[in-house]
Amino acid sequence: MDPSLEVRGLAYAYPDGHQALYGVDLTIARGERVALLGPNGAGKTTLVLHLNGILHGGLGTVRVAGLGVDPADKKSLREIRRRVGIVFQDPDDQLFMPTVREDVAFGPANLGLRGDELDRRVVSALTRVGMLEVADRPPQHLSFGQRRRVAVATVLAMEPEILVLDEPSSNLDPAGRRELAEVLTSLDVTVLMVTHDLPYAAELCPRSLIMSGGLIVADGPTPDILTDDELLRAHRLELPFGFDPAAVAR
Amino acid sequence: MSGATTSLGRLFLPGATVVHRLPPQCKLVATVAFVLAVVSTPREQVWAFGLYAMLLAAVAATARVPAGVIARRMAIELPFVTFALLMPFVAHGERVTVAGVGLSVSGLWGAWNILVKGTLGVVASILLAATTEARTLLLGVERLRLPSLLTQIATFMLRYTDVIVDELRRMKVARAARGFEARDIRQVGVLARSLAALFLRSYERGERVHLAMVSRGYDGRMPVLHGDARASGAQWATAAALPAAAALVAATAWMVQWTHL
Repeated sequence: MDPSLEVRGLAYAYPDGHQALYGVDLTIARGERVALLGPNGAGKTTLVLHLNGILHGGLGTVRVAGLGVDPADKKSLREIRRRVGIVFQDPDDQLFMPTVREDVAFGPANLGLRGDELDRRVVSALTRVGMLEVADRPPQHLSFGQRRRVAVATVLAMEPEILVLDEPSSNLDPAGRRELAEVLTSLDVTVLMVTHDLPYAAELCPRSLIMSGGLIVADGPTPDILTDDELLRAHRLELPFGFDPAAVAR
Repeated sequence: MSGATTSLGRLFLPGATVVHRLPPQCKLVATVAFVLAVVSTPREQVWAFGLYAMLLAAVAATARVPAGVIARRMAIELPFVTFALLMPFVAHGERVTVAGVGLSVSGLWGAWNILVKGTLGVVASILLAATTEARTLLLGVERLRLPSLLTQIATFMLRYTDVIVDELRRMKVARAARGFEARDIRQVGVLARSLAALFLRSYERGERVHLAMVSRGYDGRMPVLHGDARASGAQWATAAALPAAAALVAATAWMVQWTHL
């Protein structure tokens, strides 16, 4: 079986000459939940935007469940964007339609679904994040935590191969954080979670990658990574005061 | 974040009257047709405008929109009123003297023309907005097959007005927290810079929203989510009552105008 995500030798420089990626290699097997850790400016967002072909033109390859990302091939790009569901950091950017229901329907409707099949997708995605009761409300009337969960539903409705979350815990209050964690662990989907929130990574992801200076510099079980003080310090990552990753591992 | 009353949502008065229940596309067409009848009426036929006002009053009564609400919302018209009131003083031509002040006759007719037609148009729009939710109104625009780019822009305005107003409010709080008070014209520079920052932020947000849309398969066309909810013949006929009556008034007014020339 093909891995959900396979990145080989990915290098990229922005048009202004700033080199963001220097040959990234990573493989994520189907059903894994992986945290992508790294300081600001490490190239995490650049990597994420390569996963569905928004950024391209550098060296290397990205394959999603066996299908290569090829920006020149419009048809396959559409399929790639179905397979890679990106949840952006600010739910106000992600939720742009007048009601929650229409927003969740946006992705699958772009895939050509209509009528009952479309409704079924919307209801099932909203049910999976526990937000079905707000389906007909405008996104701006929801709490921040609710909006974040609806944002997850908008990509779940496309039945993605891999869910990519950019800083999913940012700005959430403790209850919202826990509710999102419950949703994410209940999903039967491959997850790549970009975050600075090390306890959240420890809670949700058995495996972690550290990205720094445009390269993957560490890859291993999350408890091992988070207990390696030297590694963390070398890449501007710090555990919050009083947090013991060894205690979570059990 | 903002509460349940949004800046655009406040215009709508919930209800279940005949007017509320009409499909939005019928109401839009009816409003536009009514306004066309009004503006094409010769300004000298003063009685016709009285009839138009009565027609609107009938619609307001049917829709249970209180007169007070309409009166308050008509404030939006004030800048145009000021302009219209200036006309009798600045226009040329034959003059009359009212209370010792010389006024231009054509200016008076011009002012009357702008005032009465503008007011009738504003009241018709207020009635439309009070009986149709902003979101539904956009659906109506979509069903009338107006260019989808326009509906998309309006839809985004509807979604993001609150977000932007909220950012503006936070910037205001941040300014105030550092001791800024807008006392007089000298502080206009600070406000201008805030607006520039707000513009940049909104522009960047636009780019991020576009990225999120492309990531979900957007290719420049908005998917049609609401099928073709066609209005029935009866609904069109109901909606036509207002513009049909107005057209009759306009036609009569023209006939009177011609026979008296």
